[in-house]
Amino acid sequence: MILVVDMNWKRDSLALNEFVSPIVSVVQSLEECEVKHFLDIETMELEGYNKIILSGTMLKDHATLKQVDKFNWISTFDKPIMGICAGMQTIALVFGVTLTNCLQIGITEISTLKQNPIFQSDFRAYTLHNYSVAPSQTFETLAESTKCIQAIKHKQKNIYGVLFHPEVRNQEILKRFILLKQ
Amino acid sequence: MRLGVLFSGGKDSTLALHLAAEKESVVCLITLVSKNPESYMFHTPNIDVTALQAEALGLPLVSVVTEGQKEEELADLEKAIAQAKSKYQIEGVVTGAVESVYQASRVQRICNRLDVWCFNPLWKHDQKALLETLVEKNFRVIISGIFAYPLDEKWLGKQIDPAVIARLVGLQSQYGISPSGEGGEIETTVLDAPMFKQKIEILTSSMESKGNCGVFQIKQARLVSK
Repeated sequence: MILVVDMNWKRDSLALNEFVSPIVSVVQSLEECEVKHFLDIETMELEGYNKIILSGTMLKDHATLKQVDKFNWISTFDKPIMGICAGMQTIALVFGVTLTNCLQIGITEISTLKQNPIFQSDFRAYTLHNYSVAPSQTFETLAESTKCIQAIKHKQKNIYGVLFHPEVRNQEILKRFILLKQ
Repeated sequence: MRLGVLFSGGKDSTLALHLAAEKESVVCLITLVSKNPESYMFHTPNIDVTALQAEALGLPLVSVVTEGQKEEELADLEKAIAQAKSKYQIEGVVTGAVESVYQASRVQRICNRLDVWCFNPLWKHDQKALLETLVEKNFRVIISGIFAYPLDEKWLGKQIDPAVIARLVGLQSQYGISPSGEGGEIETTVLDAPMFKQKIEILTSSMESKGNCGVFQIKQARLVSK
């Protein structure tokens, strides 16, 4: 069972269809999943999930970035996590990594810097973000655009972040994460 | 949140309006009237009917005429959203984008410049399911434009119902046509929907077609009680 975390600014928002449903649709083609809003996650409940995916949000929605204390469970969950866009930014903040200004909207060229289990080579992806993350000792950079870091992985844990939206283009990246062996 | 809906009068923008109204406060419609029938961004057949649809919905309409040239029409869209922001204090815009990254990213950039939210409630949704939702929710939608092989004039003016959906889905597997017209294969006009306080009755219309391109033009229409 995979948990998809709704990262939108409020429960049952108008953005749910746009940022969560397309992820659910890809996950359900391979595995069962449940959706919970980030405000409704209790650490004790997470034992039943084998992976967690954090959704993106609207360009103006920075709610999770202002409530990082709601995501302390990320550092203790011992199975794979993937954060998409705001999900990646939130993961970075949980581990004390700072955000950098980086506005990108639309199809963007992504260059892979480090081979990894979820994507290879260079590709084009859909981006919609105001921020990226600074280079850090905690995460290795997996990919970048000409402007900023586009994908990261925690050096010790199975925690991935992608700034682009694989649920819009490059669904195979999401599928490889879903099928990733733990 | 006060929202303006980018409204063409077709099925996608009308369904997006309904979804938006379930969650937030829709305060106006925003329409670009393109003089270019091959507009890159904006649905064109029966765009003049949007005034009647706005009246049926009881919502004010911000309407801006554009020549419909590739980049100028985006500047005109920005003007229209800016007008809606100043006149109706909208905080966000709603679009009926389903698949087009081209359309969606251009509207996102405009919204970002104007500092308004940009909602796409139909984004990446299954096209057959969207058509079925229209029928389930009692939308009355007619096909008002055809622009791809093997569609012909027999499709013009047809109401979207389960039989039409089945035929469109059949054409998808045979000819690669997007059943909801995402590639511009069909355009539609909504004559009635749950939020319409009155419905549209067509008094006179005309059909023009050549090969696999054609439009069903509403010449005269009026609002009648439901």
